[in-house]
Amino acid sequence: MSDYRIKGETGEWEVVIGLEVHAQVTSNAKLFSGAATAFGAEPNTQVSLVDAAMPGMLPVINGECVRQAVRTGLALDAQINTWSRFDRKNYFYADLPQGYQISQFQHPIVGEGEIHITLGEGRTKTVGLERIHLEQDAGKSMHDQSPRYSYVDLNRSGVALMEIVSRPDMRSPEEAGAYVKKLRSILRYVGSCDGNMEEGSMRADVNVSVRKPGDPLGTRCEVKNVNSVRFVQAAIEYEAQRQVEIIEGGGTIVQETRLFDPGRMETRALRSKEDAHDYRYFPDPDLPPLVFDDAFVEALRAELPELPDAKHARYVRDLGISDYNASVLTAEKEAADWFERMLTLSAQKQGKPLTEVARAASNWVISDLFGALNALGKDIVDSPISPEHAATLLALIGDGTLSGRLGKDVFQIMLETGDDPEKIVEERGLKQVSDTGALDTAIAEVLAKNADKVAQYKAGKEALFGFFVGQTMKATGGKANPQVVNELLKAALAG
Amino acid sequence: MTALTDLTLAAMRDGLRKKDFSAKELAEAHVKAVEAARVLNAFTVETPELALKAAEAADAALAKGEAKPLSGIPLGIKDLFATEGVQSAAASNILKGFKPPYESTVSGKLFADGAGMLGKLNMDEFAMGSSNETSAFGTVINPWRGKGNESLVPGGSSGGSSAAVAARLVAGATGTDTGGSIRQPAAFTGISGIKPTYGRCSRWGIVAFASSLDQAGPMARDVRDCAILLKSMCGFDPKDSTSLDLPVPDFEAALTGDMKGKRVGIPKEYTVDGIPAEIEALWKKGADMLRDAGAEIVDISLPHTKYALPTYYIIAPAEASSNLARYDGVRYGLRETPEGGSLIDMYEATRSAGFGAEVQRRILIGTYVLSAGYYDAYYLKAQKVRALIQRDFMQAFERCDVILAPTAPSAAFGIGANVDDPIAMYLNDVFCVPASLAGLPAMSVPGGLSNDGLPLGLQIIGKPLDEEGVLNAGYAIEQAAGFSARPEAWW
Repeated sequence: MSDYRIKGETGEWEVVIGLEVHAQVTSNAKLFSGAATAFGAEPNTQVSLVDAAMPGMLPVINGECVRQAVRTGLALDAQINTWSRFDRKNYFYADLPQGYQISQFQHPIVGEGEIHITLGEGRTKTVGLERIHLEQDAGKSMHDQSPRYSYVDLNRSGVALMEIVSRPDMRSPEEAGAYVKKLRSILRYVGSCDGNMEEGSMRADVNVSVRKPGDPLGTRCEVKNVNSVRFVQAAIEYEAQRQVEIIEGGGTIVQETRLFDPGRMETRALRSKEDAHDYRYFPDPDLPPLVFDDAFVEALRAELPELPDAKHARYVRDLGISDYNASVLTAEKEAADWFERMLTLSAQKQGKPLTEVARAASNWVISDLFGALNALGKDIVDSPISPEHAATLLALIGDGTLSGRLGKDVFQIMLETGDDPEKIVEERGLKQVSDTGALDTAIAEVLAKNADKVAQYKAGKEALFGFFVGQTMKATGGKANPQVVNELLKAALAG
Repeated sequence: MTALTDLTLAAMRDGLRKKDFSAKELAEAHVKAVEAARVLNAFTVETPELALKAAEAADAALAKGEAKPLSGIPLGIKDLFATEGVQSAAASNILKGFKPPYESTVSGKLFADGAGMLGKLNMDEFAMGSSNETSAFGTVINPWRGKGNESLVPGGSSGGSSAAVAARLVAGATGTDTGGSIRQPAAFTGISGIKPTYGRCSRWGIVAFASSLDQAGPMARDVRDCAILLKSMCGFDPKDSTSLDLPVPDFEAALTGDMKGKRVGIPKEYTVDGIPAEIEALWKKGADMLRDAGAEIVDISLPHTKYALPTYYIIAPAEASSNLARYDGVRYGLRETPEGGSLIDMYEATRSAGFGAEVQRRILIGTYVLSAGYYDAYYLKAQKVRALIQRDFMQAFERCDVILAPTAPSAAFGIGANVDDPIAMYLNDVFCVPASLAGLPAMSVPGGLSNDGLPLGLQIIGKPLDEEGVLNAGYAIEQAAGFSARPEAWW
């Protein structure tokens, strides 16, 4: 249970949150037309006759979108409905060419499922999923292009969306944020949505109500089209506070649709239930019911990639990676893919089993690589260091070719140049010197130059040992293997 | 020598192959006929240049012995079909001037088979009407005239098609049938027309009225001509999700006139109150003709028939109210922008000016029956009744192969006779609507003349996909009736 509470004048209030996430289905074509779906294209260039609702045009379902919805449902442990149906949601707006949106109102393609979210301090929670349905997106109205006219861009008209509806199971902004992140992660693993919230590929309608703990559900307000995790959380915080203030001020919550204003970080009323549309839903007579068999579903299940929860469990169980590291590495598919490629190569290069290198490799990726990428403001996919080069670096450190310190130097150069570490070591002569002959010479020189200190050391001032080590390292340009230096120095000073 | 326009489509086809005349001569004769008959108002657009161009191509193909099934056949295309570069307005003000950059699947198939287009045929606005009086392009005049020489309606909604075929302006025409719009006008003008099984003809590029009912079909001089045209019009279209992916039979080959071993059902519920005696008599005569051709006549029952008309007038307007939402003035067609008005003002002004009274009536009915609180009582109930009507037919077809019924409860009526009484107008479709609700193939063939000398139609309804059986029964009636009456050319 979440202990997130709004502290009001009359006591503590619990926040109840449900999310409807609209995720754009990854597909080359729209839901019911062959038109392309490129983001950022010139207005009205990604529009077919069907998308513009020309007279006599008819929708034909895009099989790829159906597959993506089923794969998403399977990834969320959800009921797959082998019989579903498209309905028309009727309303007039300039960017809705047909005068109706084709959606699945009564019979969605995916039914109940669940998402496991991870919260701070190792807490976890399961959020129920009510349904996923397929629907068309509308176009975009632009009111700021001319003082006299509004313009309409139909590029998005007809683009396939999955509406993923949660149960009102979340109780804090943190939980809602974790839910969106986890959902986004799963969608990206499955490849059914790119999860790009900035480009509008994923946006959330946030349903918020408040109640005294233990009371029945309060009246909810729906905050539409929130397009980042941060805004989802801010909208909940604002909305919960607003509702508590209204109720404690003697008012009642009116069920209404609200907008989130990211500039002011507040919500404001869009329309109330009284002037809500009557959408006059009815089955779309242009589309027969969507029917497929279990074999279709099973074939898709068999092709599903390993999902974050399963991957996390495997990292901990089979690779001995810490729970925290496993969480960080599996959150994004790209990071996990990068790590696993690097891990495999590391084990090969070092001639060791995965389990022996996994822990160190995971630590290196999370602290060294992620830290550096963070500082550079880069994602793992833009990493200047390839998994191959990283594995080579770890192998060079592992076999003693590079000292830890040299390893960090080489890592820095790799970040800047993207070069192969072997090439860097070769070109810059950074190889750690473990050759005892070369080191013996260096040590003899150091001891000869500092005969006075040698005498003091021999007289009992053993703290001077570090000084000799430092001088030897300096003489070898830092390339000496410190362990070997230690041994040789001890022997030389004992003599 | 018979005028070229008097020939049946089949005779034109054969004459062209025998080089009795050229496609150019045939097209020119029809172009002249069209020009001479403008008083009938059967066309919304004349396209003689397209007919002549197709004729030229046909003559070239014929010369090389590469004639296609319809090479050189000049047709009229109902205005509901999108025709590339040619105004396709569904006889509505809201689409006046709209020239689609695409060709409907069905008209495209006809042209691909060599046919030419003489023009776009008038119709009731958005195919909503039974008399062709709701057209924004004016009423079509039936080439047949009343006893007192008064003007009659050609039926509807395919009234331009029926008038043009009956007046010998075109070799054949496309029609569409949502609740009788091919069959009733065919009956009113003494021609044949068939609505195939729902899904046989692609709806792609046909302006939608009621998606679950709309079906294209041919209207022609006789049954054989219908069979020839239907073969070219049918076929699977991946662009229409309700299109049937089935091979197209050679419908013409089914025309034997032999009804031996066939059972013809006579539905007792089609004896409705107030049906004129001459219609009843014609119906009996039709049954006799089929019996004479070898069929066994059986009494059948379609118990939910009386609910068909109200069911239809819920489902069709419901779908129409949604299908016609796209005519909003935003992207194409009429746009009315009141000074200082909002988006909603634009919608209201555009749709008020663009849609005629009957279309507005149906949009209102359809919006009402889909509204929250009424949906269950109207739309959902109608869907259930529709399923019962379909079941009636399936049960009846366990006892018979085809069903015989009148096409319409009367002969063609006078222009203006029913315009103030929508219910009386809707009753015209009482015999046609059940087969539409069940998606069944049905056709009308001329059975004889009324006491006033006007054509009367007989309707044959068949099992799903049994257009061959329907056409053959129609052919048997045609053979027996020997219907040869035609309107005198008064225009």
